[in-house]
Amino acid sequence: MMKKFRSMSDTNLLLTITIVVFAVMYLCAVVFLGEGFRTPQTFLNLFNNNASLIIISCGLSLVMITGGIDISVGGVTALVCMSCAVNLDLHGGNVVTSMLIALGIGLAFGLVQGFLIAYLDIQPFIVTLAGMFFARGLTTIVHTDPFNVQNEDFVKLRDTRITIPGLGSTNRKGIYVDAYIEIGVVIAIVIVLALFFMLRWSKLGRNFYAVGGNQQSALMLGINVKRTKFFSYVLCGLLAGIAGYVYFMHAGSGSPSHAQGAEMNAIASSIIGGTMLTGGVGNIIGTLFGVLSLNTIKDIVSSIGLQDAWWTGITVAVMLCLFLIIQSIVMTRKNAKGSAGKETAAQS
Amino acid sequence: MNMVKKIVSKQIFIPCAALLLLALFNLINDPSFFKITLGHNSDGDPVLNGNLITILDYGSELAILAIGMTLVTAATGGQDISVGAGIAIAGSVILRLLCGSNSHPTELQNPLIVAFIIAVVVSMAFSAFNGVLVAYFKIQPMVATLILFTAGRSIAAWINNNELPIISTNCDKSFGYWGNYIPGIPIPTPVFIAVISVLIIMLVLKFTNLKLYTQSVGINPKSSRLNGLNPELIKITSFVILGVCVAICGLIKVSRLQTINYSVVAKDIEMDAILAVALGGNALSGGKFSMWASILGAYVIQFLTTTLYKLDVRSDALPAYKAIVVIVLVVASAPIVREKVGKFFKKFKSNDSKGGAAA
Repeated sequence: MMKKFRSMSDTNLLLTITIVVFAVMYLCAVVFLGEGFRTPQTFLNLFNNNASLIIISCGLSLVMITGGIDISVGGVTALVCMSCAVNLDLHGGNVVTSMLIALGIGLAFGLVQGFLIAYLDIQPFIVTLAGMFFARGLTTIVHTDPFNVQNEDFVKLRDTRITIPGLGSTNRKGIYVDAYIEIGVVIAIVIVLALFFMLRWSKLGRNFYAVGGNQQSALMLGINVKRTKFFSYVLCGLLAGIAGYVYFMHAGSGSPSHAQGAEMNAIASSIIGGTMLTGGVGNIIGTLFGVLSLNTIKDIVSSIGLQDAWWTGITVAVMLCLFLIIQSIVMTRKNAKGSAGKETAAQS
Repeated sequence: MNMVKKIVSKQIFIPCAALLLLALFNLINDPSFFKITLGHNSDGDPVLNGNLITILDYGSELAILAIGMTLVTAATGGQDISVGAGIAIAGSVILRLLCGSNSHPTELQNPLIVAFIIAVVVSMAFSAFNGVLVAYFKIQPMVATLILFTAGRSIAAWINNNELPIISTNCDKSFGYWGNYIPGIPIPTPVFIAVISVLIIMLVLKFTNLKLYTQSVGINPKSSRLNGLNPELIKITSFVILGVCVAICGLIKVSRLQTINYSVVAKDIEMDAILAVALGGNALSGGKFSMWASILGAYVIQFLTTTLYKLDVRSDALPAYKAIVVIVLVVASAPIVREKVGKFFKKFKSNDSKGGAAA
């Protein structure tokens, strides 16, 4: 057993930690905090409320696996919401044009940032920081004030709920309510699965890991490092565009303050999910659990009476700090083991 | 020709050129931009008014931050993005100590100097925390400071129980002097604070090994260690110095308004501080730095901000324009682009000389 644990790869070790943390946390909540957490709908709401965050975090994980970072995703989400809202209500667009706008904005950000980072070799943090400010600034240029979208087709789409039979519960008035999920959740899950399979079995997916693990050796293996990096940012931008639309479907409005701090939550989720900042290590399923853990913590904090807004900020930061330190320890242990291994090899 | 090359290759040339460009733009656009008038404020004290004074006034905070940010950038090759949150914390600590538990005090509970010193210590402690994460846990600086960036404003609100303490002029007048004007002196006080800070850091850089050590750690931590330096300690020192700068900015910020708004105070200032360092021509990947260039860069950024305001750009749209400036700057200073442009010019030149020879 011990040997098996030792031989576990970093990806699996970090993934296991995340899943165990999530399971323990949720079980504790169910046992000690009672009613609210026992209904299946509470669990499904974790997905309903965070579908866009799941998609953003997946995109960010891709970039982080290749050793980069993208903090423009929150800004892109807000920009997409605002642009789609303006398109639908003020410019007489329909659902299809608004979707195209969302994808276009995401793709444009991905292409430009990817080009600057991969081909001009500029620090990703600076480029995407500028991207974030650009997107946020542009959001207020597109429209200043928050407003709700009235377009009929869109409202129909927004209110579509997929009921799940058998998981419903009776509410306080004794009426049976079906459990439901929103369309965004389906999109999020499809994306999670698609990316999981891509990372595991496609050539591009394996290239992501190779580039993140060690650029030099990836180059020597004949991988086009620049193009791989470029693709990771393009994918991340595209996913941010999709996430923007999912957020838009959830909120049904455009506002400059939408998705405030989403980039920080996404980075935190990816890190908690076991994606290493140094690149080469990570798992999309872990990211999914990262998002769930992060929001379970938030729910727990607010349900034990610490409702003040600052507690969530502080708990998220503490959790992030904890997981960063775990990663750092795992890394140093691995390095120590690596050099020890070399020494024994040299001795023999 | 050689003379031109010498001037152009100097690091301080970049911010100077940007400053001249902006000044020229404003001169053409609206010459009254540079007008300075002597007016009186509501208390009847003489004050100078004008865009240039605004730039000097608000640029001072940025210049103080740029001092610390330059050192952190040089030593660690990354930037601290938690300075805005740090300013909120420092400001909150100052107000908490001055006001005690009452949010509208009739008299100060502690002398300002005590409040300020404690704020400096708190700010240094938070910065040291960032420094430890960066130096010992080897986390990228921007990600390590992300923790405080997320939590900082929450901590600031928590320190004051989410109340908004106000120090009214009935309670204490002198508190407002630090961010505004001292009666009788028409120049804003932050300018003096900035001048003193710059003088101190220049003396420190001149008479200690700080500059040499910081640069060598930034260029190569491993070889610095082999040369007997302690890279971890130097990285943490650079963060702690930034902490002091952040506390000074916190004092100026809360003194300006005599109150604090946790979510708005010093918002996006980290972007401006990083921009100041980049505009100063310092490599954002660490190593050599020029303090003068960064400080000048800070004032250029403020010049840009004021110019944009003058062009009726709304404050929330401002980041979009600044982001374009950043991108242009980093693209222009990227090694690959420079190499390509250099090659192009060489080709151009050799063609030119060939043409000359043929003629």
